[in-house]
Amino acid sequence: MIGADAMVKCLEEEGVKVVFGYPGVAICPFYNSIVESDVESVLVRTEQNAAHAASGLARSTHTVGVCAVTSGPGATNLITGIATAFADSIPLVCITGQVNSDQIGSDVFQEADITGAVESFVKYSYLVKDVEDIPRIFKEAFYIANTGRRGPVLIDVPMDIQNAKINKFVYPDEVKLRTYKPTVKGHSVQIKKVIRELEKAKKPLIYAGGGVLLSGAQKELYEFAHKHRIPVVSTMMGIGVMPTEDELYYGMVGNNGKRYANVAMQECDLLIVIGARVADRAVNQPDMITDGKVLVHIDVDPAEIGKNAGPHIPIVGDAKHIFKDISEYEFATHTEDWIATLKEFKVTYQPKRDAHPNFVDPANFITKLSKAMPEDAIYVADVGQNQIWSCGYHIVKKGQFFTSGGMGTMGYSIPAAMGAKYAHPGKEVIAVCGDGSFQMSMMELATMRQHGIKSKVIVLKNDYLGMVRQYQHFTYKDTYSVVDLTGSPDLEKLAQAYNIPFLRVHNDGEVDKAIETFLNTDDNFLMECIIDPMDLV
Amino acid sequence: MKKIYSVLVENRSGVLCKVAGLFSRRSFNIDSLAVGETDDKTVSCMTIVSSGSAHTMEQIEKQLNKKLDIIKVRTFDESQSISRELMLMKVKYNKSNRKDIMEICAAMKADIVDMSKNYMIIQICDTSDRVGNLIDMFQSISVVEVVRTGTLALTKCSETEQ
Repeated sequence: MIGADAMVKCLEEEGVKVVFGYPGVAICPFYNSIVESDVESVLVRTEQNAAHAASGLARSTHTVGVCAVTSGPGATNLITGIATAFADSIPLVCITGQVNSDQIGSDVFQEADITGAVESFVKYSYLVKDVEDIPRIFKEAFYIANTGRRGPVLIDVPMDIQNAKINKFVYPDEVKLRTYKPTVKGHSVQIKKVIRELEKAKKPLIYAGGGVLLSGAQKELYEFAHKHRIPVVSTMMGIGVMPTEDELYYGMVGNNGKRYANVAMQECDLLIVIGARVADRAVNQPDMITDGKVLVHIDVDPAEIGKNAGPHIPIVGDAKHIFKDISEYEFATHTEDWIATLKEFKVTYQPKRDAHPNFVDPANFITKLSKAMPEDAIYVADVGQNQIWSCGYHIVKKGQFFTSGGMGTMGYSIPAAMGAKYAHPGKEVIAVCGDGSFQMSMMELATMRQHGIKSKVIVLKNDYLGMVRQYQHFTYKDTYSVVDLTGSPDLEKLAQAYNIPFLRVHNDGEVDKAIETFLNTDDNFLMECIIDPMDLV
Repeated sequence: MKKIYSVLVENRSGVLCKVAGLFSRRSFNIDSLAVGETDDKTVSCMTIVSSGSAHTMEQIEKQLNKKLDIIKVRTFDESQSISRELMLMKVKYNKSNRKDIMEICAAMKADIVDMSKNYMIIQICDTSDRVGNLIDMFQSISVVEVVRTGTLALTKCSETEQ
């Protein structure tokens, strides 16, 4: 057995079904060993998308996504994908080939110091120096990626290590890391304080972030909120923590969120932030959530607590554990007046849109699409105006909603949807992007065709980088600079080229029929919606 | 606000870079940094002196604790600790100032550890403030080169007793 065989064996031990990647000489020993294994490999068309696909898989399965690429440009191309996963705390193990150990540092062909380059975007990284370390390193990498605050871990393996004979392969049962012991269970004294505040509060509000989803605590949150009648708002990364139309869910907060969600956040007297980092786009003035109210901040990462807003009650722990512990206490809340007020807010602050009748209205389209989608469908929004419309109008029932929230990486949706669809071939998985983000990842249509991954793509086409155009509209008084997408391909012809079913939707009148055809097709599908180029989110 | 961070880390290549990278990535100051092995060969101790707001000081500790190669972070004020720094200073001397130099060294408990016809090396091991004082006093004399180790610190014995 050589190092490369050991690497593949480690993946089998971890139950990894698929590796998304792109080979090159420096990772060829690994890709040679994978042929005879139970692990499948999917050839993406650019390395960044290997990380995004692994991210989609990880988010849809609550497991670790794996990607493997070669040294040098293969590894550096992966960086944006790794950074995207890091910003959203998505567990990945990223394997990179490296030049031979004795050549490291001599600037040989396709050499890049990838562990150095990704240092600020990974939870941890390894450069393997001894083939005998492979089982331990892989065991640790999977453990680190998927515990505590989740995140990407990179393993850089020089070619000579991949080719070296390994004397003894024993996959460890457990990790022994003296430096890493994440706190998942909340302190009981702190939890009791929260309960006392909940008993006192007249207007409590739960502000749930992506951490609730990462910890798989949706059910616990739902039950807690309903048992004690506590309303919930979410961050962008938290969309899906509660069904959108649940009577206790009041939408996404933030600059691009629902006005009534922000008003609720201002008006509440007890704010329980859980699994969220109080990021600038969600809360642009941290004072707003500390002044005149009690702020509870629950997060698995102690460094997030107090980073942007000082809480009155900090609790370090995993959302699922905390909800479980809180639910063991019996206490009464009195929130019906508050819920009635929020219901009024929802009516008063309902967003109003002034859609152009000659185009598809993205808000109307997304609402109709999500109503027609199967309950458990996975919706992946890209970045740009499409993301904001998706966040605002997609209705989550029992499914999932993914997007690149922290990094805002354009081109995320198509590969991430592909990764999710690979893991859930029976579920409807739809990527919704703009014509800018589509062109950043459209090469993956080939990957989908090649591997029979039947995820679907919707392009909201306005011939602009709409989000930037909107910014220039407001900030630079309509001086548009480098936002015009003229020259884009005819998507119908592009779909033909990939042999993918296609539909173009010109206006709202065509939407119902188009959605029906789109959802009833058991194949990849590319649907283009022509939207008003001057529309604003 | 000034804090001393005594950081026990895995004695492995690349760890210094990761810790230093954390400071630059998050715009934390490093006033001084000293690294060396501890009594356990697998563990190094990094003594980092940093200054900034109380919020920054807290973030530094939390972010350091997140790093997987870091075993333990201890944070203390100068008043809670005994801290020392070693400085070597090469100066050019002549007959007229030699006596002054020797008097300053005696007063400051600094040693002359090397000497040639025109140059001498002065060594001092003291608190950062006193090391700074010595440099100030040599401003009027021709200083050729100065090297400092950065602060090393341990909490006071009375703190340990508690």
